[in-house]
Amino acid sequence: MRKPASAILVHGILILYTALALFPILLVIMNSFKERKAIFGSPLSLPTPSTFSLIGYDKVFSDSAVVSYYVNSITVTGGTIFFTLLFGAMAAWALTEYKFRWNTLLTLFLAVGIMVPIRLGSVAIIQLIVQMNLINTLTALILVYTAQNLPLSIFILSEFIAQIPKDLREAARCDGLTEYNIFFFIVLPLIRPAMATVAVFTMIPVWNDLWFPLLLAPTGGKQTITLGIQQFLGQYITDWNSVLSALSTAIIPVLILYVIFSRQLIRGLTSGAVK
Amino acid sequence: MSEVKINKLCKSFGPVEVLKDIDLTVDDGSFVVLVGPSGCGKSTLLRSIAGLEPVTSGSMTIGGKTVNDLPPAQREIAMVFQSYALYPHMDVYSNMAFGLKFAKTPKAEIDARVGEAARILQLEPLLKRRPRELSGGQRQRVAIGRAIVRKPQVFLFDEPLSNLDAALRINTRVEIAKLHKMLKATIVYVTHDQVEAMTLADKIVVMNKGRIEQTGKPLELYYKPANIFVAGFIGSPAMNFVPATVKNKNTLTLADGQELKVKVPAAASIGEKITLGCRPEHTALDGRGALKFKGTVDIIERLGETGFAHLRLASGQSLISEVRGDPGLAIGASTNISVEEQYIHLFDDGGKRLQV
Repeated sequence: MRKPASAILVHGILILYTALALFPILLVIMNSFKERKAIFGSPLSLPTPSTFSLIGYDKVFSDSAVVSYYVNSITVTGGTIFFTLLFGAMAAWALTEYKFRWNTLLTLFLAVGIMVPIRLGSVAIIQLIVQMNLINTLTALILVYTAQNLPLSIFILSEFIAQIPKDLREAARCDGLTEYNIFFFIVLPLIRPAMATVAVFTMIPVWNDLWFPLLLAPTGGKQTITLGIQQFLGQYITDWNSVLSALSTAIIPVLILYVIFSRQLIRGLTSGAVK
Repeated sequence: MSEVKINKLCKSFGPVEVLKDIDLTVDDGSFVVLVGPSGCGKSTLLRSIAGLEPVTSGSMTIGGKTVNDLPPAQREIAMVFQSYALYPHMDVYSNMAFGLKFAKTPKAEIDARVGEAARILQLEPLLKRRPRELSGGQRQRVAIGRAIVRKPQVFLFDEPLSNLDAALRINTRVEIAKLHKMLKATIVYVTHDQVEAMTLADKIVVMNKGRIEQTGKPLELYYKPANIFVAGFIGSPAMNFVPATVKNKNTLTLADGQELKVKVPAAASIGEKITLGCRPEHTALDGRGALKFKGTVDIIERLGETGFAHLRLASGQSLISEVRGDPGLAIGASTNISVEEQYIHLFDDGGKRLQV
């Protein structure tokens, strides 16, 4: 039995941390529903009938460019999750299941990718993307993010694939499945929790990233929402209503994705902990 | 015809030879059990037949077709794994139908075959359940069902009973025997449990260190083991072995100087060191039996109906004798161990059987 005093202490720390983490988000959402004057007048108070205003949301959604920024972000994040999971799982399966000559070396090479920050290669990436004529396209972002996320996802998924009993794959082989069918019908369904984990880890940094959209797709209507919001931030005037409303709505898609994955995620994080 | 013929099969993992010159014929419709201590290569042999393990040299035919280079699916075999290897994310029906679906079998045919297998194995009420909702015995039956629906030429069982508890193991053993009678299937079955081997097999293959030690009918192995290894492996508790020297054509000398009047086969020369073997169940302490030798009682294990007396000869050699009821012997008491001559086994220096 845990002592009540230490339980209170632990929960106290956790509650404090939660409040600290949630406070800025709450502030953003709260102020997005207020008039400009009220945002500056009393930033910490809740919107009242006299200060309530939807002008920010109005502006954001009447601007068709902003709506397309959302679509861009969702496309980039969705595409990245899809390709990271597909290629990550396939590579993890190949590296765990098959014994071939450069297996260990290849695994190590991919592990290095976890440790080296991809941003160090930004200049080379820009050159590459320009040469491939992919500048200002969402494809460029999806490719770069997929490459960025593959090493860790291969690492995590390998661990899970290695836990699938060997007998199961052999039973499937006896059942006459091709290697691809074993992968899609046996391996993938069994590593769903792990894939949800990887999806969440992949999704949040990609959604929030400002660096690569700025470098690879800064114009041409291909901006992601995090970059697109910058248009409201001027040198002399910042349209805070729009910025705050856009930020508030930008939370929603990731939140929905998170809810979808979270049930699997919890299972993924705790699987193996108890029999 | 679904005969399995294995010719000069060898398999090595790097420098380690796990199967050496295996020659084996499994007749159509017969039940062959591969048995041996762990690490003897029996599972590797089974997996080689299944095509899950590439072989180093030798050839293999199933139903007259050479299968050396065929993948498992094209060998027309079905394997039942020790862990059952049921697909955890599919219900019982899908588990059994899975292979057929990929073989593009028509839906009606799949339904008919799964229905038939479910009826035979009494799985009908469970078809919609997931494997984790089944008991060990039920999972076992699903695994067998998955093999049956494929209508293979040969069934391969890899220690299918070792994950079941004792009572269920006996039940399932009987079920498998019945199933074999009903399906008239060719079965190759791996186990380390000699009771399973004795009760199920038409033919037992005893393996040790990658070689086949002896192949034969269960009672043949029991009464005429080809060598010391088979003699010691078949039967429980294991056969007693006593070193002896041939004194003349009719007499053996034991290490402690006792002499036994045994007819020595011509193959053994005078003065040769041989091993005498006799099973605990063939020895008695009550004076019956033609041959007697002296020993002292170390300990008596009483199991109720029977018991095992652990005895010691003057040379320090220990023996086990099965006794009925309570022999009424005290520990340390001296007694005569007697055995009928027909139950004496003689092995030469290299462990080979001397008698015909």
